[in-house]
Amino acid sequence: MKEKLVLIGNGMAGVRTLEELLKIAPDKYDITVFGAEPYGNYNRILLSPVLAGEKTIDQIMLNDKQWYVDNGITLHCGKEKEVVQIDRRKRKVIASDGTTAEYDFLLLATGSNPFIVPVPGNDLPGVVTFRDIHDVDLMLEASKQHQHAVVIGGGLLGLEAANGLMLQGMSVTVVHIQDTLMERQLDKAAGALLRKSLEERGMHFYMPAQTTAIIGEDRVRGVRFKDGSELYADLVVMAVGIRPNIELAKKSGIHCERGIVANDTLQTFDPRVYAVGECVQHRGQAYGLVAPLFEQAKVCANHLAHLGYARYQGSMTSTKLKVTGIDLFSAGDFTGDETTEEIVIKDAARGMYKKIVLKDNRIHGAVMYGDTVDGAWYFQLMRDGTDISAFRDHLMFGESHLGDAGHGGQNKAASMSDSMEVCGCNGVCKGTIVKAVTEKGLFTLDEVRTHTKASSSCGSCTGLVEQIMSSVLGGGYSAAPKEKPVCKCTDHTHDEVRKVIRQQHLLSIPDVMRYLEWRTPNGCHSCRPALNYYLLCAWPAEYKDDAQSRFINERVHANIQKDGTYSVVPRMWGGVTTPDELRTIADVADKYKIPTVKVTGGQRIDLLGVKKEDLPGVWRDLNKGGMVSGHAYAKGLRTVKTCVGKEWCRFGTQDSTAMGIELEKRTWGSWMPHKFKMAVSGCPRNCAEATIKDFGIVAVESGWELHVGGNGGVKVRATDLLCKVTTDAEVEEYCYAFIQLYREEAHYLDRTAPWIERVGLEYVKQRIVEDAEGRKALRERFVESQKYAQVDPWEERASHDVERHEFVPLKLVG
Amino acid sequence: MTDWIEIGTLEDIPRLGSRVVRTTQGDIAVFRTAEDEVFALNDSCPHKGGPLSQGIVHGKRVTCPLHNWVLELSDGTAVAPDQGHTACFPVKVEDGIVRLSLQRQHT
Ligand SMILES: Cc1cc2nc3c(=O)[nH]c(=O)nc-3n(C[C@H](O)[C@H](O)[C@H](O)COP(=O)(O)OP(=O)(O)OC[C@H]3O[C@@H](n4cnc5c(N)ncnc54)[C@H](O)[C@@H]3O)c2cc1C
Ligand code: SF4
Ligand code: FES
Repeated sequence: MKEKLVLIGNGMAGVRTLEELLKIAPDKYDITVFGAEPYGNYNRILLSPVLAGEKTIDQIMLNDKQWYVDNGITLHCGKEKEVVQIDRRKRKVIASDGTTAEYDFLLLATGSNPFIVPVPGNDLPGVVTFRDIHDVDLMLEASKQHQHAVVIGGGLLGLEAANGLMLQGMSVTVVHIQDTLMERQLDKAAGALLRKSLEERGMHFYMPAQTTAIIGEDRVRGVRFKDGSELYADLVVMAVGIRPNIELAKKSGIHCERGIVANDTLQTFDPRVYAVGECVQHRGQAYGLVAPLFEQAKVCANHLAHLGYARYQGSMTSTKLKVTGIDLFSAGDFTGDETTEEIVIKDAARGMYKKIVLKDNRIHGAVMYGDTVDGAWYFQLMRDGTDISAFRDHLMFGESHLGDAGHGGQNKAASMSDSMEVCGCNGVCKGTIVKAVTEKGLFTLDEVRTHTKASSSCGSCTGLVEQIMSSVLGGGYSAAPKEKPVCKCTDHTHDEVRKVIRQQHLLSIPDVMRYLEWRTPNGCHSCRPALNYYLLCAWPAEYKDDAQSRFINERVHANIQKDGTYSVVPRMWGGVTTPDELRTIADVADKYKIPTVKVTGGQRIDLLGVKKEDLPGVWRDLNKGGMVSGHAYAKGLRTVKTCVGKEWCRFGTQDSTAMGIELEKRTWGSWMPHKFKMAVSGCPRNCAEATIKDFGIVAVESGWELHVGGNGGVKVRATDLLCKVTTDAEVEEYCYAFIQLYREEAHYLDRTAPWIERVGLEYVKQRIVEDAEGRKALRERFVESQKYAQVDPWEERASHDVERHEFVPLKLVG
Repeated sequence: MTDWIEIGTLEDIPRLGSRVVRTTQGDIAVFRTAEDEVFALNDSCPHKGGPLSQGIVHGKRVTCPLHNWVLELSDGTAVAPDQGHTACFPVKVEDGIVRLSLQRQHT
């Protein structure tokens, strides 16, 4: 018999937990849900657009009643189904109409209650809160019959209510007790700009002002303040804050403080009772935005499924106001103290204000008004604890000033029209994303990727997609967590997997999957290549490569093209070739009728349009001419680009060509987390463009400058200077050590640029430059693994029939 | 009556891999899962015609090598949220011999 799970509270956090649970353990429980509202599960965040007339109730449903039926969940909903008692001894809950349900596990997700200012008259007809569909209905109704609304509370919710009522044609005054709007999210300067632009739209403010009474006989007629003044009102909205809804829990003897106290597994003091959402107090903190609640939901589901390895460690939150046309963003601690620094830009005429609070070279908080394009980026930097010293000069100008090739954050999400393209790779426009987010109820970048394909290819539009999401969802979108699981087959992160592989001496993909309890029998196209690489990197001598876990390019050692043919690039050491090699290439192109012969960006020659069955022949002939695979398809060393250097150039200070050839001969064949490119320039004129390579070397009079982390791809990034060295032997030592550090620590599919931005240049310097012992050890491990790596895959296949089955059809029929 | 064509042995197809059978009506990809089940699909992805035989096989699915659509091996339908379908052919394995029928399965 299945165990019984009862959920009290049919809101966003509770049902999200059920969704997560159904994903990982669909058959574990008989589930019963009690909800005091007479609906399925809806997106509470979008009540503001409903009030503003921008959306209908139907459009904000996340799971309609049919969803519960489809998933075998019993739903009791409506006022009379409010749970009024939990009998923990008999493990039973009782609703106000007498409906009961027994449980093995109970989940509390009762949300919170709007705080009602304790003044006389607060129960008069016409006084409403802003929390659920019922409240919105009341307000919409009132807006049809009445003219004058007073909203008490100048916070996020109050302003959204005021904006909605104004759009419904009412005259609205916001009353606030402080002299700054949204003082919990904004500083004085930003608050003032916000007030100004809301006033320009016709909103009135009365602040600072303390409400002492609501006046009226049979219906509200006005609001009275401490100084004796009064405002006329025929609708009063209370939006002064929320209190975790803990009455029921408290009454049942579950330990509560401000909220229901829950630990890192979202268990309350009764181990059979879990709690998620706004009703929870975790490490002293209660949250009022969905992003952290969804993180709780995920962890809670993990424990309800008895998997038992996820932990919730608290969240950082950011805020956006969902008032169309107003761009405002805030995150973290933006007040600062004597240990922090501030960078501020203010352009009152343009209505623009930006403040970033830094602590130890890391973002500690940010407030932005008017121009919030980079909000998502700052938030990510803050959550990741990224060291910003390397780009501090540019920080205030935003991500696009870091050298984005153009399709990154420059467009302002909010001002884009629906038909403007966001994702160039997949042709997804803004409207499609907005529609998917609101109609399908998506909250995370991953979900948007799955449903729209936006940001799922090259990723350069990720920032923009996140901006669009945050402009639609306010603070409610869940930014991708810092530590991402490898893929949907597991919740373990890349680092965890790598650690376990080493500690447990795991030697095969199935072993890793068994040990870490993968959810799928043999993974997917994302995790298998990653695991294959991690194993290979950890055990170069022992691990047996798994061809079926490699992407086709690496499996057949050529690049697949859009028509299913392949392209072949022979290695050309340091970009130097000979007439004989060129003749060989020309002959091969003739013999196999290769349609296109092209010089690549990395100074090699590409033969495009080779049929798969011709590959072994092409390789054999190139091998005969003395050439080996250029690994142009590999997540590994691709090319070392060089200039002509001292040998020919009148400026050259060192022999860059010889250095390039030498490095390529030593490093080819090594598998890496992603493609890896090097270049050597003979002098600071830098003709080999070494400063946009993963490892770039620039000769100077006194030796060599070593540069790391450059990228000329999707997002252009110039290298950081690692150090200067004098001898050729040092160049090699540092180069191998750097490669090995990258091989051992970056996540699969991270290029060096994002990896360095994540771990910080300081860290890399410390490991490679300052720690001489460590550098030598890294170098040793690289040299050791190269013993097994420098095998020409073409030769194996062309001359020794390795994996012959790849290249011949199984059978010809007819 | 189904016409079964002998196309080779189970061992000819790598586990979690596939081989191509070339026919007058186009290439057919024959897949072998980790559990030694065998499936056959038209070797053309419903998205932009990518060669499915070159994809990564996982569970009872294959990921197209061109743009990562995932298709069910059992009936050739694309896994949501993608939508599409590629033809699927009956195959059977008896005593290690793989036989294929060229009659498209209707699903
Ligand atoms: C107008 C508005 C705008 C918002 N905008 C944003 C935003 O832009 N970004 C953001 O991140 N967040 C926003 N929020 C906050 C967000 O909606 C909440 O954080 C989230 O809904 C909380 O989820 P929950 O499951 O904890 O509570 P809820 O979603 O409130 O669900 C609790 C449910 O439990 C039910 N319940 C309570 N007690 C019982 C009982 N005894 N028996 C049965 N049922 C019971 C309640 O009726 C309710 O339906 C907004 C909220 C509002 C009201
Ligand atoms: S980088 Fe310097 S040495 Fe090399 S080609 Fe250019 S000018 Fe000459
Ligand atoms: S062709 Fe198969 S995913 Fe695009």
